[in-house]
Amino acid sequence: MLTHTVPRARKSRWFYVFGSATLFVFMLQVVTGIALSSAYVTGSGQAYDSLRFITANPLGRVIRGIHDFGASAMIVLIGIHTVRVYLMASYKYPRQMNWLTGAGLLLLTVLMAFTGQLLRWDQTGFWTAVVAAEQAGKAPGIGTWLARFVLAGSVPGGATLSRFFSAHVFFIPALMFAFIGAHLYLVLYNGISEPPVSGQPVDPRTYRARYHRLLERDGIPFWPDAAWRDVVVGLAIVVAIVVLAIAIGPPELGKPPDPTLVAASPRPDWYFLWYFALLSLIPKWSERWVILIGPLVFGLFLILLPIVAPRGERHPFRRPWSIIVVVAIVGTIAYYSRIGHMAPWSPRMDAPPLPAAVVGPTTGPVADGARVFYDKGCEFCHTVSGYGGIRGPDLTDAGDRLTRDQMLTRILSGAENMPSYTGNLTPRQTEVLLLFLQSRRRFPPPPSSAAH
Amino acid sequence: MADPFREPPDASDDYTRRGFLTWISVGAGSVAGLLVAIPSVAFLLGLRNIPQVWANVGRADDFTVGETRQVAFADPSPLPWAGVTAQTAAWLRRVDQDRFIAFSINCTHLGCPVRWLPNAQLFMCPCHGGVFYADGRVASGPPPQPLATYPVRIRDGHVEILTSPLPISGR
Repeated sequence: MLTHTVPRARKSRWFYVFGSATLFVFMLQVVTGIALSSAYVTGSGQAYDSLRFITANPLGRVIRGIHDFGASAMIVLIGIHTVRVYLMASYKYPRQMNWLTGAGLLLLTVLMAFTGQLLRWDQTGFWTAVVAAEQAGKAPGIGTWLARFVLAGSVPGGATLSRFFSAHVFFIPALMFAFIGAHLYLVLYNGISEPPVSGQPVDPRTYRARYHRLLERDGIPFWPDAAWRDVVVGLAIVVAIVVLAIAIGPPELGKPPDPTLVAASPRPDWYFLWYFALLSLIPKWSERWVILIGPLVFGLFLILLPIVAPRGERHPFRRPWSIIVVVAIVGTIAYYSRIGHMAPWSPRMDAPPLPAAVVGPTTGPVADGARVFYDKGCEFCHTVSGYGGIRGPDLTDAGDRLTRDQMLTRILSGAENMPSYTGNLTPRQTEVLLLFLQSRRRFPPPPSSAAH
Repeated sequence: MADPFREPPDASDDYTRRGFLTWISVGAGSVAGLLVAIPSVAFLLGLRNIPQVWANVGRADDFTVGETRQVAFADPSPLPWAGVTAQTAAWLRRVDQDRFIAFSINCTHLGCPVRWLPNAQLFMCPCHGGVFYADGRVASGPPPQPLATYPVRIRDGHVEILTSPLPISGR
């Protein structure tokens, strides 16, 4: 079995290492996961402390680091592997089931990433469970029931964590073992796909005979002639993960999972940042549909692909739309990940009051206006001279752009993403706030308006 | 060596016997499977319901009219290992002498904890910037609904909040 013949693959031989690399990292995750589970306490009240205990141990810290960088590596490698298979159209006859089991593994890997970040069970872990329940709650009809199923009850609490632990440690891995077994069996049964050749479309009636002729003419034994590349790449990745785990360590544990600590700013791990960003930027009315239908559409695409297109040309240059799909998906994820990292829609609630150097005068109406600007939360969303949030427009030069009346209208009436301050400001507060905003200028005011 | 996949020589005579054995095997396997699956799945679906009781969150006199303060109450029958997660926080606003409103801290967008900004008289969500007015109405941002509220009453000079399920604002 080990020495079965595989295509020589010549120029593209290094493209064939990503599936086995994913498998290597999966085994790494199994080993470090077992090590972590030997000390992790699955209790909503103790998990956090047990993780602090694990992290305080020098080896425990490294194991956590390996498991974390391993999770990232799994996501990256299974992503590259999927793209490789898609671009080379290896999902076509007779390997449709290879693709479908692989699609199942992609989904399961994402679920592992999600449940894994939650098991960190710090403040972010706790709120991730709540956010997951609220998203499940958007399902029509069964939403509330589904949300409670996620939480294992009507409120998040003692039962919630055990549920995610069981999913992350038993249920999903059991499915992954089954799918990996099937996937590997199918790889052996159907043989590793040969590199696509332009002008040689897949025809189910002749494919197998042609494939076997190719192996007889130009095949090599899998072990060790082809497998050595898998092992070398696998070793390089494992070394990289271990070095990163030692040098950088595991993700910092946040504050404890105490729901009464309301000063929390939950953020997903990097692999979900793009989704977090997408949900923030799409129009409000479409949100529910994106949450519900987006994953369904992607799932259907993965399932239907080998069923709809089991034959025909495999070379990516003969399937230019496949390149467009990959560029579009990878580009979208990269773009929104970047935005998700900046999170421009999140108010900066920890922004300090504007320093005197920015405000100008330290007493008088402009200084009072700057205080109102901070007290009323304006600064959490608006930047002035580099301080404050970026949800709303930058007001560094508001005095150059807007008249007093335009400012007043906006402050009183609010907007889609700005509260109305009618009834919230005293006449004196309104007055000094407007004076402060009018003093925000890049250019000195012309003499006529300065007299205002 | 006999070929295990070869049809038996007198397949027609054996047909009823083989059919019966097939039926027995599938049936026995299914019964065994269901015996394990039914209690396991039922146990998994047995969701914990928080008992609804009135939880005391402090003396009414300690709350100033017009003020909004964070209060906390505990799950009335917490699991022993729940630790801090048995707590629930709420924003309690004293509207006037007799009326209190207890807001859920969960933003109606995706459930993140909203913060009360006393100077600005606004609730603000750190996740996607949802903002609510002091009375819970949506002021701006993505939230689809006003902040959820808990039933609240005054008994013997104490403010009591009815412990309630996590508000799910999906629809």
